[in-house]
Amino acid sequence: MKYIPTIGLEIHCELSTKSKIFCDCPVSFGGEPNTRCCPVCTGMPGTLPVLNKKAVEYTIKAGLALNCQINEFSKLDRKNYFYPDLPKAYQISQFDLPICKDGGLTINTPDGEKFIRIERIHLEEDAGKLLHDGFGKYSLADYNRCGVPLIEIVTKPDLSSSEEAKEFVEKVRLMLLYSGISDCRMEEGSLRADVNVSVRPYGTDELGTRTEMKNINSLKAIARSIDSEIQRQIELLEEGILITQETRRWDDNKGESKSLRSKEDAHDYRYFPEPDIVPITFTKEEIEAIRNSMPELPDKKFQRYTVDFGLNETDASLLLTSVNLSNFFESAADECGNPKSASNFIIVEVLRILNDRKLSPEDIPFSGNVLGRLIKMIENEEVTSANSKKVLSEMFDTGKTPEVIVSEKGYKVINDSSEVEETIREILSKNEKAVEEFIGGKEKTFAFLMGQCSRALAGRGNPKLIKEILQKELDKRKGGI
Amino acid sequence: MDITKLTISNSRKLLDTKQISAVELTNMYLDRIKQLDDQIGSYLSICEDNAILQAQEAQKLIDSGNSSALCGIPLSIKDNICIEGTKTTCASKMLEDFTAPYTATAVDKLIAHNAVILGKTNLDEFAMGGSTENSAFKITKNPFDLDRVPGGSSGGSAASVAASLALGSLGSDTGGSVRQPASFCGVVGMKPTYGLVSRYGLIAFASSFDQIGPIAKTVEDCAIILDSIAGYDSKDGTSLSYKNPSSYSSSVSEDIDIKNLKIGLPKEYLTDGLNSEVRASLYNSIASLEKLGAKIEEFSMPSLKYAIQAYYLMSSAEASSNLSRYDGVKYGYRADKCKNYQDLLGRSRAEGFGKEVKRRILLGTYALASGYYDAYYKKALKLRTLISKGFEDAFTKYDIILHPTAPETAFKLGQNTNDPLTMYLADIYTVAVNIAGLPSISVPSGYDTNGLPIGLSFTGKPLGEHEIFKAAAAFEADFKINLRVPAI
Repeated sequence: MKYIPTIGLEIHCELSTKSKIFCDCPVSFGGEPNTRCCPVCTGMPGTLPVLNKKAVEYTIKAGLALNCQINEFSKLDRKNYFYPDLPKAYQISQFDLPICKDGGLTINTPDGEKFIRIERIHLEEDAGKLLHDGFGKYSLADYNRCGVPLIEIVTKPDLSSSEEAKEFVEKVRLMLLYSGISDCRMEEGSLRADVNVSVRPYGTDELGTRTEMKNINSLKAIARSIDSEIQRQIELLEEGILITQETRRWDDNKGESKSLRSKEDAHDYRYFPEPDIVPITFTKEEIEAIRNSMPELPDKKFQRYTVDFGLNETDASLLLTSVNLSNFFESAADECGNPKSASNFIIVEVLRILNDRKLSPEDIPFSGNVLGRLIKMIENEEVTSANSKKVLSEMFDTGKTPEVIVSEKGYKVINDSSEVEETIREILSKNEKAVEEFIGGKEKTFAFLMGQCSRALAGRGNPKLIKEILQKELDKRKGGI
Repeated sequence: MDITKLTISNSRKLLDTKQISAVELTNMYLDRIKQLDDQIGSYLSICEDNAILQAQEAQKLIDSGNSSALCGIPLSIKDNICIEGTKTTCASKMLEDFTAPYTATAVDKLIAHNAVILGKTNLDEFAMGGSTENSAFKITKNPFDLDRVPGGSSGGSAASVAASLALGSLGSDTGGSVRQPASFCGVVGMKPTYGLVSRYGLIAFASSFDQIGPIAKTVEDCAIILDSIAGYDSKDGTSLSYKNPSSYSSSVSEDIDIKNLKIGLPKEYLTDGLNSEVRASLYNSIASLEKLGAKIEEFSMPSLKYAIQAYYLMSSAEASSNLSRYDGVKYGYRADKCKNYQDLLGRSRAEGFGKEVKRRILLGTYALASGYYDAYYKKALKLRTLISKGFEDAFTKYDIILHPTAPETAFKLGQNTNDPLTMYLADIYTVAVNIAGLPSISVPSGYDTNGLPIGLSFTGKPLGEHEIFKAAAAFEADFKINLRVPAI
């Protein structure tokens, strides 16, 4: 029998506000345990939460980036449950009036474009971390992460494969990155997903019983866990066993999931409106003002890169994988006036250096404008493309400007034809054999002689000039026979 | 110098005219506490060394001519309000050894005004109760009759003021916890508009009801304390950014005119539950107010009948959540030899909380549970809207709403301890004010045949503190000749 999988996601994303959601403690990854907390985020008796306005603004930005409607009236609610990493024993979250609702994103699938609906985006606080000794003797609580602002993006069950889920999460990640509200580092847990999966026999309409896997923090793991769960459910159904609604824990190292708790063990969270925080209200004008302050988002940029700049889609997508990289590209393109050259030079040369040196785009020690000047120098034949690579490498090493490096190293291209002519004659007289071969019709020798001439000119000869003069000299010799 | 005659305002004159020094005044109170508080039991802890230091600092300001209304004035603080480095217990075994790591905004403001903090006063555990008998540590007695309760939950605060063991006190009022003990102990207690005084550092019982309020001997003294603690606080998201046009104490003067003041008296409070002596006293008070020129009229506000139910559902619901942080993990009481987290959680809470606190946690958990939420919590929320609306309508006709503070005078110790419902009814007249977030003040208005104090409450519209201070002060000036001091 054939089965149709149905997948829904809950994506949690930590917002990169400077301070936590209800207090002044800094938001940053890691740090000595319990050094980034205060009486408020550790739930000391008598403390009160004060809502960080920036966190609300960032949530609205997320909503706008993901095409949601913004509720002009929303409120916070308490979600009550006991756990050692939750100091107040309730999480301040949103229940029935989230800040954003009814949005979605279009993704590309093998069958064409597909719109994935987003049911809601709400704001909540993150919990702390427990470190277990591994022997069941003790657990240590680290409250640094308590009160880090978090948004939860809940989709409708519109995804039908692990590829679609991956594509969707990646697109959401980019949208949030470009909105400037989160660093979306999956490896640091600032973006993680809960996956809901069900399968139903082909030809039936009613959705099957779903299971949930929590806190999956890489794109690969999201795909693997979905595939594994689809497989597991199909095998059970094939054996005539019913699926039970449950929460499962995905172990990415083992590539399998284990049951965590069944529906019967589900918490009754006893949600009720948070009395310590007044409801959040926004006027249409305020929401529009936030909309107008939004930076250009990747789908718009993609249009601009492919249509206005004429880049191919692969290159455009590649440049858009990082906010820093696309900004770097845009200022380089702007400076040199040739987006295509800028794109090629960055994708071939800059990314190669980043790869070799294990750096990321934000580590580039100079601005896109500076790179644009180097590209302009290549275009104006002031430096050869061979030497431009050396210049680039040195720019990474020393942070010096391309102009300084070219003049210090004497990379300035030799455009003096008499000097080039002299060198070529010397080379030709040293390589009589190659010259004879060329005259004898062996065209390939030309490239060898070109190389010899370039080397003799220490890479500073203008290639066009070398080619022209070499051709002339060889023609002379041809004619001389 | 008769300490029982001292008020904040007359002590101010004594201090500023150098008839007494701030340190002498503080020592007078510390000595009296040592002598008398064994009988009364109003204090849970005394901050002797700090109080002397604060008095010395205050004296420097007085000497340099820079004193202000509370400079050098000895006060007590209910032990559910945090003071950094001081034990803050909420009269619960759960927080028996809890030292607060920060100071509540209201106390910060008192300290900034150079008041002297004598110590922390007893209360019903986590402010849940009406007699201070739910304290895990001691019984507080009513200074007018040592066999009777001082009321609650701010019983320690009210008793400390009534017995002249402090010139004033901060209490907290969730459903009447400042006004009812003030009424039982024959002193003045005031609950401000919700949000006027910061709740930061007040250990929460029911967040949308709790409000810190002053207890003192006179209306003017309450106004002086409120002047110092009121105001916007960025650490409290429900704090009001209200610009007070003039100080509260300036509303209280010798010759207040309340001619043509329109006062409404809700019929719903005049039912069988009202003790006959308290009723008789109420009508005496009405006669006095009419003599002063006020116009008093009975009116009906049907929603008041449900105030007590709505209050207990909502406040317990909030409490069940607010008190879940006491889990034995981070601070407070932790049970011994726990097998695992569940065991630690269950036993720490079972052993750390007293009976009444558990009763309310269970009630509140139940009221919020799925399947019951709509029938209880949600219905109570609707009643809240209805009651607020009822007051709003009443205030279109009246300037002030008048009612007895409590249906009875102070009851005997142990009389109601096994009858929680009767105990809950002690708040029947006070809870509606918290439901609607209104300001209200209780002043002494008479004594029953046992010589036990009776209190009268003046309730105003939101931010109507000036109006209720004026009306209460006018009544107080007229009643002054009858005022009694407990014979201890």
